[in-house]
Amino acid sequence: MIEVDFYLQREDFTLQLASTLPGRGVTALFGRSGCGKTTLLRCIAGLERQVRGHLHVQGEVWQDEKQFRKPEQRPIGYVFQEGRLFPHLNVQRNLEYGLRRIPLTERQIKPADVVELLGLGELTRRLPAELSGGQRQRVAIGRALLTSPKVLLMDEPLAALDAISKAEIMPYLERLHGELDIPLLLVSHSLEEVSRLADYMLLLDAGRLQAAGPLQEMLTRPDLPLAHSANASAILETTVVEHGEDQMSVLACAGGHRLLISRENIQTGQPVRVRILARDVAIALQPPLESSVNNCLPVVIAEISDDPHPGHRLLRLDLEGQILLSRITRRSCERLALEPGKAVYALIKGITLE
Amino acid sequence: MSDWLNPDDLTALWLTLRLAAVTTVVLLILGTPLAWWLARTRCRIKLLIESVVALPLVLPPTVLGFYVLLMLGPEGPIQSLGGPALAFTFTGLVIGSVLYSLPFVVQPLQNAFSAVSNDLLEAAAALRARPWDRFVSIVLPLSLRGFLTATTLGFAHTVGEFGVVLMIGGNIPGETQVVSIAIYDHVEAVDYQSAHTLSALLLGLSFVLLLLLYMINGRFKMGASNA
Repeated sequence: MIEVDFYLQREDFTLQLASTLPGRGVTALFGRSGCGKTTLLRCIAGLERQVRGHLHVQGEVWQDEKQFRKPEQRPIGYVFQEGRLFPHLNVQRNLEYGLRRIPLTERQIKPADVVELLGLGELTRRLPAELSGGQRQRVAIGRALLTSPKVLLMDEPLAALDAISKAEIMPYLERLHGELDIPLLLVSHSLEEVSRLADYMLLLDAGRLQAAGPLQEMLTRPDLPLAHSANASAILETTVVEHGEDQMSVLACAGGHRLLISRENIQTGQPVRVRILARDVAIALQPPLESSVNNCLPVVIAEISDDPHPGHRLLRLDLEGQILLSRITRRSCERLALEPGKAVYALIKGITLE
Repeated sequence: MSDWLNPDDLTALWLTLRLAAVTTVVLLILGTPLAWWLARTRCRIKLLIESVVALPLVLPPTVLGFYVLLMLGPEGPIQSLGGPALAFTFTGLVIGSVLYSLPFVVQPLQNAFSAVSNDLLEAAAALRARPWDRFVSIVLPLSLRGFLTATTLGFAHTVGEFGVVLMIGGNIPGETQVVSIAIYDHVEAVDYQSAHTLSALLLGLSFVLLLLLYMINGRFKMGASNA
């Protein structure tokens, strides 16, 4: 568990925030630029000396009224937005920089494993200036990992990268998520990135905590802006059941319901996360008999709320405890006499594999 | 060598090189923390200190030498506080030279240190490096060119010193007579041949030093783009 209670006053900005973050999985610090997410991360790292308050990480006191641990005394791995590799050291020496500075007994993550995990084998002799943006960021992640940190802090690790480099590095981040049991705090302003990687989310606004909770809940809460954005979506945790001969794959989600998606590079039995946009979900009172839509799930309407567009309504649908969003017109809503508690069918036109 | 360089001139040459070497070492030891402070501080008195450091660039060496002489002399603060008599000694020369060459060492170092971004130091701190460790492992290697320039300029400038030495060192062979003063003596005595030999030596030495500096700096071009 990570308990933060911070107060930082700057000329044009105040960060005031208290929360408890989970001690495992990926926690996204999300919000508009200037909302204080990077500052919060820096406070946790000890890079902001003026911050007052408390910080307890996995039971250890990192900051309170009496003490302030300097950054070099905190077992963190910090990945900066621009990588910040040391230009005079080659990749190998950059990777070893932190490793050499922690006691032998604390070296739990081995260089060979990191090189393998992040695909750095070819790069070890090169200088940072000879690397692409994506490669640099992988080295920066590896360098942070090799200090065997208790918390991994990442400040928009993908923001400075182009689409190709992003696509290149994303699988590594997902492997990290899957293979290492280190809590990761991820600063991001990309909803797509967050819904791919995060389990928990802190939503920040103007230096304050607007809301915090599990990702699925945060994405679909009608009182938060995320559910009303153009790309509002819900995520479902599913398992791959089988692959059909017609190049389709069957996924099982909560309650044993089946979803059909176009086949991608996934293995039977593998857990996968899928994302379903609110605008891709239609509502029917009966399962349609003759329709091109493959995925039709029985759901219960949990809540109906207004959407920014006055002609739209946003439906929160309960699928055996998991939540789906559906954006439909006000007219349809009235025509079908939809109301909370009503059992309906969600017709899902598009599912993105994350 | 003694065929064309008389023993006194040889002594003066040796003394000059020793003076330049000692002065450079002292300057690097004192100048590094000073330059680091100047490069990092946001304190207002920084401007004041910077101006004082730059003074020897514009002051006539005789003015600087005059005040150092007063400071070191029998009526000066050092002796009245029970310190040793330093005027007209080698140590006195070192003190004068250190002040005289200070900007030539501090300014290149300060420039080099300013070019090392705080971002890298934060990254090093997050990787468990303590302040001294950060300085040695990040700042020093990224400032190598600055150190090279500071060392060469400090050394060469001290070799070429005349006015300050004249004021506080006088002209004691083996103790305070440096090459530039020996040349002056030879010219006064209309011994142009000896003056020529020494002058050519000094000219060659300075040229080779600077040439080396520029050659090495050229080779470290990559370091410059990093720094």
